[in-house]
Amino acid sequence: MEKHDGREVAQTRAGDRGVLGDPWYDALASGWGELDGTGAPAPAVPPQTTPPERSAAAIYLEVQRSAAFQEVRSRYRRFVVPAAAVFFAWYLAYIVAATTAPGLMDRPVAGAVNVAMLAGLGQFLSTFLLTWLYARHARLRRDRAALELRWDTQEMTRVLGGGRR
Amino acid sequence: MTGNHQTLALLLFSAFVAVTLGITTWVSRNRHGSAEEFYAGGRLFSPMENGFAIAGDYMSAASFLGISGLIALFGYDGLLYSVGFLVAWLVVLFLVAELVRNCGRFTLADVVAARMRERPVRIAAGTSSVTVSVLYLVAQMVGAGSLVALLLGGTGGAVQAWTVVGVGGLMVVYVSLGGMRATTWIQIVKAVLLMGGAITLTVLVLVRFHGDFDELLRTAAQRSGHGAHFLAPGLKYGGDWTARLDFMSLGLALVLGTAGLPHILSRFYTVPTARAARRSVIWSIGLIGSFYLMTIVLGFGAAAIVGSDAVRGSNAAGNTAVPLLALDLGGGPDSTGGTVLFAVVAAVAFATILAVVAGITLASSASVAHDLYASLRRPHAKQRSEVAVARVAAVGIGVVAIALGLLARDLNVAFLVGLAFAVAASANLPVLLYSLFWRGFTTRGAVWSVYGGLGPALFLVILSPVVSGSPTALFPGVDFQVFPLENPGLVSIPLGFLAGWLGTVTSHEPPDEARYAETEVRALTGAGAV
Repeated sequence: MEKHDGREVAQTRAGDRGVLGDPWYDALASGWGELDGTGAPAPAVPPQTTPPERSAAAIYLEVQRSAAFQEVRSRYRRFVVPAAAVFFAWYLAYIVAATTAPGLMDRPVAGAVNVAMLAGLGQFLSTFLLTWLYARHARLRRDRAALELRWDTQEMTRVLGGGRR
Repeated sequence: MTGNHQTLALLLFSAFVAVTLGITTWVSRNRHGSAEEFYAGGRLFSPMENGFAIAGDYMSAASFLGISGLIALFGYDGLLYSVGFLVAWLVVLFLVAELVRNCGRFTLADVVAARMRERPVRIAAGTSSVTVSVLYLVAQMVGAGSLVALLLGGTGGAVQAWTVVGVGGLMVVYVSLGGMRATTWIQIVKAVLLMGGAITLTVLVLVRFHGDFDELLRTAAQRSGHGAHFLAPGLKYGGDWTARLDFMSLGLALVLGTAGLPHILSRFYTVPTARAARRSVIWSIGLIGSFYLMTIVLGFGAAAIVGSDAVRGSNAAGNTAVPLLALDLGGGPDSTGGTVLFAVVAAVAFATILAVVAGITLASSASVAHDLYASLRRPHAKQRSEVAVARVAAVGIGVVAIALGLLARDLNVAFLVGLAFAVAASANLPVLLYSLFWRGFTTRGAVWSVYGGLGPALFLVILSPVVSGSPTALFPGVDFQVFPLENPGLVSIPLGFLAGWLGTVTSHEPPDEARYAETEVRALTGAGAV
């Protein structure tokens, strides 16, 4: 919990670099490249001269209220809440239909394939599709902003002298 | 099943055990026993490695043998399980994986304790995590016992008992010597073996039917003796309303329970960042999804090629459907191909159980040492002993699981797994989601939501037909059955959420705004993540 800042940066890079064979690896999305060298990112919140008595709690409250963080949070929620509602409703509808409406479910569609079979495969497909959409949304709309906030916040808390985060 | 199968299967079992013990020794050389190393494997696994390990942790023998067996016997109703098991991963991906990686260090309780009074919430979350793990562990041990007994032809109680003891002993060795690093590599090896076995069999089934899935379905329906009903829901869960509600309860527990399983949560700490955690979940969704798609082909393939009656004749629960299918696909019981394929499937199933069991033991020993012991020990006890405690805890949990596994030998495996999911969904998920997303959540709310989910879930099971009042119950002689459903999820999951809300609104202390700000900022940005 204490002195992990420097080590953690190294670890993070080692981890992200060590997966070049990973087809999900997206080289540019995270903005790691910009941080090489000095390790000093361009601050989204200006690192004003920090009064020494400022506590970690105050820093986190300040970051939480900052426009940059609010933006990241609302992007996350605007995707996750509707998407979770959709898949959960779709799954419940499937379970309820399977147990209460057998007449609907065994209506034939093509050959031996019936509505139930299509609905089951539909659940698999919708899961894969939502996974892909979520990954894409996070990579394009959230990762970079979140990373900048991360470094800014850590920069501010580091001033406290490596005490409580 | 002739002696050839058994010898070859035993040989392959031994090879797997030797390889995994080798891995354990190799990865634990030159390692200092830090907590970081023991619980999280140094946090340096790549997303792909962790994705395979998550899939390895999740795809138990219950899914490989159990679900395809259910499909072979009941057709479509078996498929409902696989859908629930897969869709559950969207909950994990959207709401849990990244945020938990950012906020916690080793266990579920870390996330909650970050913004609450530490002692009470650690004790609560630690207790429920250990309970879930032990239930899941017992399910796997019972499964291992009956599976090995079945595959090796010995039906006597002695084979079963020794298998449970052997599996328990091996898992203690893996976990206490190798920690998370060894456990992860065992999961990866097992996931590769399992996927390889499933792919081979699926391809062979599809080749048999010239790639015509429609033909496969029609043959399965015809040979099952149920006709078109085989391909629609209702054969297993279509009875009276109790059976239907029971299934809905199970469906709810499956989809919400995964995100509360301690051994799944602890896997996110083995990667360096939240992005890596996300990518490992994406990998595992790909692996798990394709695996369950293959079990559908295998299940219907077993019904079409072996025939539902032959499957039922070998094992009433359908657990031997896939081994029988392998025997037939390889060329029949007397051919070399059949013998080899059968032995390979048996060895893969055994490897699966061994790996899953090791993963759960590690997670629960982390809960014991990091949450329970750390909160309950005398305040001035020595700090450095946490990993030592975890190793001892792994041995203790192994002994408990062996004992319970021997006692519960005749319980239904699928029921035990469903129960573990129901308890995880009732006790762990509400507190986790409230902590991450509810600004006004308080310590009392956290404690109430854990006990308010855990208590009813266990209590309802005691009052259910599983324990008393039915011929198949644990205590068939007595009858104190009040609650009609076998799976408590439908009632206990809402109760867990309700208790958390009630505890919070009746709380005297106001919520800690600053610590929620810290949790929220850390969860979404990764600032200060370990």
